[in-house]
Formats: sequence, C-alpha cells, structure tokens
Amino acid sequence: MSQPVKNIMIVGVGGQGTLLASKLMGKAFVEKGFDVKVSEVHGMSQRGGSVVTYVRYGEKVYSPVIEKGEADIIIAFEQLEAARWLPYLKPDGILISDNQKIDPMPVITGNSAYPDKILPSIREKGVQVIEIDAVALATAAGSIRATNVVLLGVAAHFLGFDKEVWLDVVRSTVPPKTIAINEKAFELGFAAK
Amino acid sequence: MKTLMLGNEAVARALYEAGVTVVSSYPGTPSTEITEAATQYDEVYSEWAPNEKVAFEVAFGAATGGARSFCAMKHVGLNVAADPLYTASYIGVNGGMVCAVADDPGMHSSQNEQDSRHHAIASKIPMLEPSDSAECLSYTKLAYQLSEQFDTPFLLRLSTRISHGRSLVDLSPREEHPIKDYKKDVMKNVMMPAMARVRHQVVEKRTKALQEWCETSGINSVEYNDTRVGIICAGSTYQCAREALGERASYFKLGMVNPLPVKSLLDFARHVGQVYVIEELDDIIETHCRKHGIPVIGKLLLPVCGEFSQSVVREALLGEELPHIALDQAIPPRPPVLCVGCPHRGLFTALKKLNLYVSGDIGCYTLGAQAPLSMIDTCVCMGASVSGLHGFNLARGSQQAKNSVAVIGDSTFIHSGITGLIDIAYNKGFSTVIVLDNSITGMTGHQNNPTNGLTIKGDPTVAVNLEALAHAIGINRVVVVDPFDMEATRKAVEAELAFEEPSLVIARRPCALLKTVKHNPPMVVDTEKCTGCKSCLKAGCPSIKVHGEANKGRGTAEIDQNQCVGCEICAKLCSFDAINF
Ligand SMILES: Cc1ncc(C[n+]2csc(CCOP(=O)(O)OP(=O)(O)O)c2C)c(N)n1
Repeated sequence: MSQPVKNIMIVGVGGQGTLLASKLMGKAFVEKGFDVKVSEVHGMSQRGGSVVTYVRYGEKVYSPVIEKGEADIIIAFEQLEAARWLPYLKPDGILISDNQKIDPMPVITGNSAYPDKILPSIREKGVQVIEIDAVALATAAGSIRATNVVLLGVAAHFLGFDKEVWLDVVRSTVPPKTIAINEKAFELGFAAK
Repeated sequence: MKTLMLGNEAVARALYEAGVTVVSSYPGTPSTEITEAATQYDEVYSEWAPNEKVAFEVAFGAATGGARSFCAMKHVGLNVAADPLYTASYIGVNGGMVCAVADDPGMHSSQNEQDSRHHAIASKIPMLEPSDSAECLSYTKLAYQLSEQFDTPFLLRLSTRISHGRSLVDLSPREEHPIKDYKKDVMKNVMMPAMARVRHQVVEKRTKALQEWCETSGINSVEYNDTRVGIICAGSTYQCAREALGERASYFKLGMVNPLPVKSLLDFARHVGQVYVIEELDDIIETHCRKHGIPVIGKLLLPVCGEFSQSVVREALLGEELPHIALDQAIPPRPPVLCVGCPHRGLFTALKKLNLYVSGDIGCYTLGAQAPLSMIDTCVCMGASVSGLHGFNLARGSQQAKNSVAVIGDSTFIHSGITGLIDIAYNKGFSTVIVLDNSITGMTGHQNNPTNGLTIKGDPTVAVNLEALAHAIGINRVVVVDPFDMEATRKAVEAELAFEEPSLVIARRPCALLKTVKHNPPMVVDTEKCTGCKSCLKAGCPSIKVHGEANKGRGTAEIDQNQCVGCEICAKLCSFDAINF
C-alpha cells in the first residue's frame, strides 16, 4: 500500500453541498484502510462565497491542506470556481467540472465580467477536463440537491475501487428518505464519466 | 475501529471519555462544533452562555464545585473571558477544567489574527496544542488529569485547520469522575490582596513544576532524521513542516506551548545543525529559544501574517515552488453574500436612501458592508456598534445623532450590546440603535440564544423580551418593525432619528434558513415591462441578474427560479411593476 498520498479538492459555492461530497469520500477511504485527512472551511465563507475542501489519503498523511500544483483531481461544482482553483491542480491532474455558471456579486453588479469559455481555455492548457451537466443528471435522479453525489460518482470512476464500496458509503450517510435518489445520482455520475 | 472525526468532534468525544459533566460555551468559528457535538452525550450537560466571560465563569464555578468542566470559544472570545481567566489561574481548580480556544490564522472567519498563546503566558495558565484529531482527543483527556494534578485550569489551543480538519481517532469508553467534595477554603478561593499575594507565589512555583514536567513527560516529541536541519514546531505547523521537508530534517514537536521547555530544546539544538522555528503568527517559541541561547531562524524567513501550509515552508526554507497552471483571464472574486431571502437585506435596502452613518457590529449583517449595499461604516468587535455610536455622537453632537444608527444582531446584542445601551440611557444619550432580531445566531451556523426561547438542545425555555428589557433600562422609545416592510421600516427609523432621546428599533423577522420559515414561490420578471434599469440589483440579491441584449443593450432582469424565495425586495425596488409572483 506504499503508494504516494493522493490529493482531491472539491471546490464550489457555499451552500452547494461540497461538504457532503468530502464526507462521503473520507468515509470510503477509511473503509479501504487508508490514512485520511479532510479539511473543511465552516463559517463566514459558507454564505455564497467560494468554498474549498481538501481530501487527502494514503499510507500516512501529514498536512490537511493541498497547495498549488499538488491536486490529482479537482472536482468543481461551478465553472468559475474551476478556474479559480486550477493552479492547485498537478499539470497532469484531472479536472471534473459541472458546467453550471453562478455569477458572483461583483459580476451581478457589473464590476467584473464572468470569463468566457473557461473550460475550453483550461483544456487548451493541456489539462484533462471532464465536463458534466451534473444538475441535469441530479434532476433526472429525482432532486437537484443530489448534484454533489452525481459529481462524486464521476470522480469515483477515477479512484479505482469497487462501485459497491461507494454505494455502501452513500447509503449509510445520506438521510434514509433520500437513499434511492442518491443511489441513482451516483450511478448516473459513475456512468457519465 | 478508527473513526474519521473533526478536531472539534474529537475534543467533544474527549469530554465524554474524561467524565466531564458541565460544558458552557459561546459560539465562534472555528470552535463552535465542539459544544454542538457535546450535546450528543447525555452524560454531559451543555449550554450556550450569553458570552464567553459567562461561559468561562460557569465552567470555573463547576470546577470549584468539584466537577470536570469545559468551555470553548474563538480567539477573540478569550479577550472577553480574560478577566476571570487571569484570576482563575491564582485560584486553581477542584475538579479539572479545560478551556479550548480556537485561533484563526489566515482569518477565514474573523476580524483579527491574534495569537492566543499570549493569554496563556500572561495569565500563567498552561496550554496544550494538538496537531490532529487523535491528539485533540488525547491532549484534552490529558489536560484534565494535569489540571487536577497541578491545580490549574488548562488551555487547549486549536486553530482552523485542526478544528475543521477530519482525521482518524480511536475511541475509548467513558471514565466516570464522581463530583469531588467541596470544602470552604477562603485562602484559596477568595482573591483579596492578602490571599492573592500568597497565591501568586503558588502560581510561580506551579509554572516551574510544569516546566519540569514537560521536559520529561513525553508531551514534546523528537524525531531525528537528517540532522543538518532541526525544526521546532507545534500543532498544525508540525504537519506543514513534516509534509514539506519529510526526512530531510529532524523535528522537535511541542505538545505543550506554555510553559516551554529549556533543557530538552537545548539538547535538540546540540544534536542538529541549523535550527529553524516554524510557528504561525507571533514569534513566541523563537523568542524563548533566543532567551536561552539557542540560535534559531524563524520570522527572518517565515511570515508573521497568515496561515502556514507546506508550500509556505517549502518556499521559505527550500526556495522551491511546484509547477502549476493558471488561466490568463482575470478571475472575479466571489465574496460571501447575504443569503437569498435574508431579512437583513430588507433593513439595509430600506435605509439606503437615508445616507446614514452606520455603526456596525459582528454577524451576518456585517456582509451589508459590501457592494452594492455598502451600508456599514465600522466593525470592531461584538457590542462595539452600540457604545461606539454613543461615542461618535458625543464627538459630533446631536445633529449627527439624527443621521446615525447602530446595527446589531440579537445574539450580539445579548453578548455585549446591552451594556452599551445602558450607557446611552444612563448618560442621557440620544442615539438610535437597531437590533436585527432574526431569532438565531446566524453567522456561526444557527445556534439558539437567549432571545429565541430555545436551549442548545432545542428545548423550550424563557426568552429575553427585548422591548421590556429596553424599557427597564430607561429607553422609552421602542418600536418593532418588519424589515421586509421596507417603507414602514424606513419611516420608523426616520421618526426615531428625529427624537432627541435614545430609541431602540427592533427589526424582527426570522432568518430565511430556519426550517420553521415558510417561503413564497419564486418571483418572475415580465420581460415586456422590464426596462433593464437595474434598480432591482441595488439590494445585492444573488438570485437576480440583468443580462442579454434587449432594451438597447441594457438587458433584462432574470430571477433564478431555483434560488428565489419570493421575499419581494426586488419587486419593491422596481418602478415598472415588472417583478411579480
Ligand atoms: C467575542 C466574539 N465571540 C464570538 C464571535 C463569533 N461571532 C461572530 S458573529 C456572531 C454572532 C452573530 O449572531 P447575531 O448577532 O444574532 O447576528 P446574525 O449573524 O444572526 O445576523 C458570533 C458569535 C466573535 N466574532 N467575537
């Protein structure tokens, strides 16, 4: 098991459910016997601000955070956040990005512009970009609130262990009433890659 | 079986395992989840106190009464609790007591970046600093044992990355600690000059004994790798340094940051080449090392400001930066904003036209400082809006008082706004104070407080009656408004400003995120009527934008149907009746 520590970042807008995605990941890695660290930010930036969660796993993990050039995978819940955190990706890392756009206040007020063609520009830099309409898939699964689990499904594809491990973790973590929706959301994400 | 836990949850678990029975805290990021997590253990009584001073005194009283007790707060909260802290140090404990204080280097959610170790040193209270969740659990338990052994309250220093980081812990069963006997002991518990002079001597001896203890107890650990470089660090900086330098350096990891050892640090320095001190915020360990003749490098290379990470250490010590990619375009920032449907938006939008000096305070409503609302003139610390407004008006006279208000949240008003309001009433001031009563402590993630009639566990209890309270302290003019009724709100505030006597305006409407709040359906824009004038954007709501090429390129408004909760503020700002249900 002496593989190097793997680094995954989950980035988005406060309120999008990034914390559930990191919680599910953390649980799955513990299940597989890894040392795990997850770093979250609670409080002020939760309110519609840019949020980031770091998940690290391997034989022994020291720092709880991921720095520029260190992430193997970035899961972005929104395109502008994908652009903001791009420098944290390893040059040969994978960016999984939902294609939704949410204007931040400086764009709404007209003080700044939302950049054009974010994902194509990132691709042009030679980065492997997986673009996905997670909101549509979540809606198809039964609830837009399962967008986070769709994105987890996409990421699970690149993390290399059995789908059942993930589904077990999803079942044991989400509220009982939402299990069916979340299972479906995960499956749709996993199949979409 | 190992469990993945937040540092804060691990501290709460330790309270359970260490037989703690009394917990009293005031919320504050990043410390809040400790006390929230403690509520799951029925054996542990927990409560939200009105402020940190009260919380500390409740916990200290419980310790005097023989229980193991606890309180938690953020770094600035310890300033509020500093008064009891410094004298509790002289008295010591009966049952063990631990106070957790969570620093916020990098200021993820704080108004300053102070280093709480200064309070430990100045109050002569020992302080432990864990570096992950497992140590949050083991150090907290150890702190109870040491608290009783050395007869002192203990401080537990946390920081954002430790409190809000999840890592693996091993759980153990609870150990009961029956309440100890209480015996009246005036020499120990009554701090008048004659007694305190004696107790101060005791404190100095205690610090020496603790210093001896930390030299040999194993609380500080040494890891020898490459000995050309030696790193002295503690808490989260150990993790950053170990990550950045790996086996290229040897490490002295401090578990106790007050008092600091001398002999073992000297010994470490003798075994390694160049010694670096890697500590976040101030140069406390570095200064200590210099005082004892250890030539170290610290703040010469590493910053005083901001949070540390492996890359800060890597760049400072190795001059290395990892390759990475960035887009060429500018990325607009995404600052936090008031939520969709937030009642504070109604109040600020209502008052916008009045061009007021707004003495601000700390809470969600501080976000009203940002564009496009831009409604706050000052923000200092909890409670300062009320007393600060009184001072501002004293300086500038009664005409100014007709153009200035204080805004303060319900929780903040209870925390330390009441005393400022008493000052205004007692000293014949004429200020207008607005309490933004949203029935919850919002900013820190929804904690009940003395104004909303619910305990920490959600059980019904008495609620402070703000109107009656204001009358009782001598404020005769008290009005209640609904901040979503913007016209009535503006008129009421204008009327109160005109009076040459103090007023309390209570803007009352529950937080939009409360489960008990029923929302309207989303509103829609009539694109025929919309002229693209952008008036609706003045309230700074994240669910409405104006875009497209219609209206000669001005665009049309569009409301996000997934986000909008129908608060109608934008509709009231529209002169063309273009926004409706
Ligand atoms: C001394 C101190 N303790 C705690 C905090 C953390 N804190 C920031 S805002 C806040 C409470 C805000 O609640 P309220 O006044 O009700 O306003 P709301 O956020 O609900 O609008 C707290 C506890 C702080 N900044 N300073």
